[in-house]
Amino acid sequence: MTLAKDKVGIICCSGEDLPEGTISRVATRLVLEKLRPDDTVTLCLPLFLAGGEDERAFARVFPTIAVDGCGKKCAEIGTTKYSGKPVATIVVSEIMKKYPQVKATSHEKLNAQEMEVTMKIAEEIAKKVDEILCKDSKK
Amino acid sequence: MKKQVIIIPCSGIGKSLGTVGRVATYKVTDHLRPEETRTACLPLLTVGDAQTVQLVKENPCIAIDGCPAQCSKKNIEASQGKLSYHIIVTNALRENRKLKPEGVIELNPEGDQLAGIIAKNVAEKVDEILAEAKKK
Repeated sequence: MTLAKDKVGIICCSGEDLPEGTISRVATRLVLEKLRPDDTVTLCLPLFLAGGEDERAFARVFPTIAVDGCGKKCAEIGTTKYSGKPVATIVVSEIMKKYPQVKATSHEKLNAQEMEVTMKIAEEIAKKVDEILCKDSKK
Repeated sequence: MKKQVIIIPCSGIGKSLGTVGRVATYKVTDHLRPEETRTACLPLLTVGDAQTVQLVKENPCIAIDGCPAQCSKKNIEASQGKLSYHIIVTNALRENRKLKPEGVIELNPEGDQLAGIIAKNVAEKVDEILAEAKKK
């Protein structure tokens, strides 16, 4: 694993059983691919258990943000258990409460309404990235 | 309660291979064998959630892994789950070289087609596993 400086690791739960898991996954990728491609990296959460010391060193080297689908907070707990405590945690089900008109139901492919909220969650993650790296959120 | 097969993909987020496994899982659980299968959150196994650990101990499981790191298989085994079948997307890709998957947020048509082939294979395994379980 090649390590780089000034990066924030984003670790999402990708929970298969809940639509919020898909939202956590897509929001994370939106940050990685579109919003903060130069400032962020990721690692598969299950790799902490399945992988080796390199993977577990991840959060000891990078500041991390856990993106969890539900209140069970697997990404936060898993990252803390195997690596190091995330600097911040974003819980999708909590943020969704701000948008009561959107009921997340898709887990295979998000619909337009779900995608809109997912982009807002991605923007919140990007804002946290900027805070951690002490950058202005004006990108 | 009717016996179900638990299908758990790795959902690897770094490459499209993880998305292929995830999409293949939903093709089985939502469309091909909705009554006979269900999925469970792999991260719950990673953190040792008691309910999910019990689920994989009591039901036959199929792991769909994106890459040779085999996160799903290893997490099921670490939870002492009943692993009945295991498939790795890279192996399926080797047999279907033209179906190169691209995209993590959304798969390209080739990736979706590859997921369909894996799903069909997994659905057949589900039938075999349940038929075998009935005999016992």
